[in-house]
Amino acid sequence: MILLLPLGSAAVITLFTRRWKNLSALISVTAVVGSFICSCFVFMRTDISAAEFTWIDIRGVFNVPIAFILDDLSRLMLLIVSGVGSLIHIYSLGYMRDDPGKSRYFAALSLFMFAMLGIVLANNFVMMFIFWELVGFTSYVLIGHWFERDSAAEAAKKAFLTTRIGDFGFMIGILMVWMVCGSVVFDDVVAHFSKITSNPGYLTIAAILIFCGAVGKSAQFPLHVWLPDAMEGPTPVSALIHAATMVAAGVYLLVRVAFLIQASQTALLTIAWIGTITALLGALIATQQSDIKRILAYSTISQLGYMVMAVGLASNEAAMFHLFTHAFFKALLFLAAGSVIVALHHEQNIWKMGGLSSKLKITFATFAVGALALIGCPPFSGFFSKDAILALAFQRNMPIFVIGLTTAFLTAFYVSRQVLVVFLGKPRSDSARTAHESPPVMIIPLIILAFFAFTAGFEAVAQNFLIVPHEKEAGAIVPALAIVALLAGAGVAFMFYRNREHEPLHMELFRRLFYFDEFYAWLIKHTQEFLARVAAFVDRAIIDGGAVRGTSGATFGLGSLLRLFQVGNVQAYAFLFGLGIVALIYFVIFR
Amino acid sequence: MITLGHYLVVSGILFTIGFAGVMGRRNIIIILMALELMLNAANLSLVAFSRFHVDPSGAPNYNAQVFVFFIITVAAAEVAVGLAIVVALFRLRQTTHVEDITTLKF
Repeated sequence: MILLLPLGSAAVITLFTRRWKNLSALISVTAVVGSFICSCFVFMRTDISAAEFTWIDIRGVFNVPIAFILDDLSRLMLLIVSGVGSLIHIYSLGYMRDDPGKSRYFAALSLFMFAMLGIVLANNFVMMFIFWELVGFTSYVLIGHWFERDSAAEAAKKAFLTTRIGDFGFMIGILMVWMVCGSVVFDDVVAHFSKITSNPGYLTIAAILIFCGAVGKSAQFPLHVWLPDAMEGPTPVSALIHAATMVAAGVYLLVRVAFLIQASQTALLTIAWIGTITALLGALIATQQSDIKRILAYSTISQLGYMVMAVGLASNEAAMFHLFTHAFFKALLFLAAGSVIVALHHEQNIWKMGGLSSKLKITFATFAVGALALIGCPPFSGFFSKDAILALAFQRNMPIFVIGLTTAFLTAFYVSRQVLVVFLGKPRSDSARTAHESPPVMIIPLIILAFFAFTAGFEAVAQNFLIVPHEKEAGAIVPALAIVALLAGAGVAFMFYRNREHEPLHMELFRRLFYFDEFYAWLIKHTQEFLARVAAFVDRAIIDGGAVRGTSGATFGLGSLLRLFQVGNVQAYAFLFGLGIVALIYFVIFR
Repeated sequence: MITLGHYLVVSGILFTIGFAGVMGRRNIIIILMALELMLNAANLSLVAFSRFHVDPSGAPNYNAQVFVFFIITVAAAEVAVGLAIVVALFRLRQTTHVEDITTLKF
């Protein structure tokens, strides 16, 4: 039911109600809210089981059921996905009010919800992979919603291709697991787990390959390049995809196969380090961006790095906790940013904003709540979850802890920078001076999310949803260090960015995103050219020249040869006749 | 002594000359003449065989000489037909050069 509602909505909108935009919007919102209500039911009652259909069943060899898994993890994700999704749908009603492609947008949004819920509910690798790809596709549609803009079309393509690379590794990982365990259903794999552990090298490779899928989808280094460009999509899309759901799918996958990963130390370490590098990278680049959404995009990359780091440190609880709180405050931040953008008539450069705290009061307040949660300021939710991860790192891997702490410092820095430049100080442009607050349909989701961003961290609240991690021996040093980092970051930001008209710091390396895009373009150009040349050579010389022209040429040649016997000349015939006689005599007499 | 061998060699030489004529001459009538020469070479060798294979009673074996009569008759008939064809061809093509009559090719 949960799944079918958004799917039905997508189908109805695409097939029937394309012309009646408001109706489409309404259908979509109703569907997703319906899903949310169903999710709440499922969450409350622990005795619901779902139907199971057999889809592919090659007896004994390959069995892929369409079945759902309803354990604590998936229930929690259902709630997050449908809950935040509902809020974003409602917000979209306001944000996309005047957009000509509204029906298409809502249809795609519904399809995306369907796919994401499918990932959460899938009980076997193959089903999850199918929905995984579907999410990738719908995100392509959503990011490229304003496809008339070249940059948007390019960004959508880039997102799809980059996640596809990760998916390729993911698929190979699934095949490896299936080859050994004989089944793709998660529970069966757990049961047959001993078969894999006997071969640690194999296990490590399979684990890392499955991690590739997460690297792509959750925008880890080195496949993170698509996420900032994906800001070309409408802001609610950014909120949905990049804050709450799609990127969380990667972390969800990792937690699902945690039993696989935790059996291999190498895999764990790899994952932890990639998460850490990603976190640092995202934070560094974010300090130099001037588009309000890009700052948030790199912040997402950074926070996802934290989550992946937590998985690599063998604590699913910490990762899920951070995912839980992050969904709220990041979605909040994105939606609030969207509110700012709409209020300033689609202006996204922060250096053209300023002084909005007095004009967009509620937006400012909610943005501030989200910002404080992101920084990890107590008592907001982000503090608890980030603290949990840092404590984990402190205990298990000191270098990672140091980098994590540095990233926290940077996070505080760039978030404070953003708040300072966007909201405080004097207005820097006309649109900033004449801004007014957004309509209630956009404000109310903001307020709801702000509430959750504040409360979700408290143990009393979070305990109902998931297992809150406890690191008992950490003591007070980790939170203390975290708060110090936070204050230091905010303080430095104040120093630099108070009452500025232009960007005072210039770090080319960060601003140009560590030249990743240029590097990839160069790489692709060279490898692809080489491959294209090889393929062209094979095609021209071997296939065309050898096989096709070769056979025809041979036939022609043989024909020409035989043709020589057909001269009309009698004397030539006589000559051949004589030759034949000689041969005959030879054979008769000497054989 | 002139043995069978000598006759056969002469017959062979005549045959070769005839064959060379068939192959190398341009005029159709000359080719027909060379063809006759080949036939007569065969006749010669047949007669020589008849002459030298003597029965124990002293009489030669006349089978081969009778065969020679057949060959002469057939040769005559063949020449008649061949010349008739040549005349027909000449009426059509106005030439007796065999190289010009090569329409039956690929």
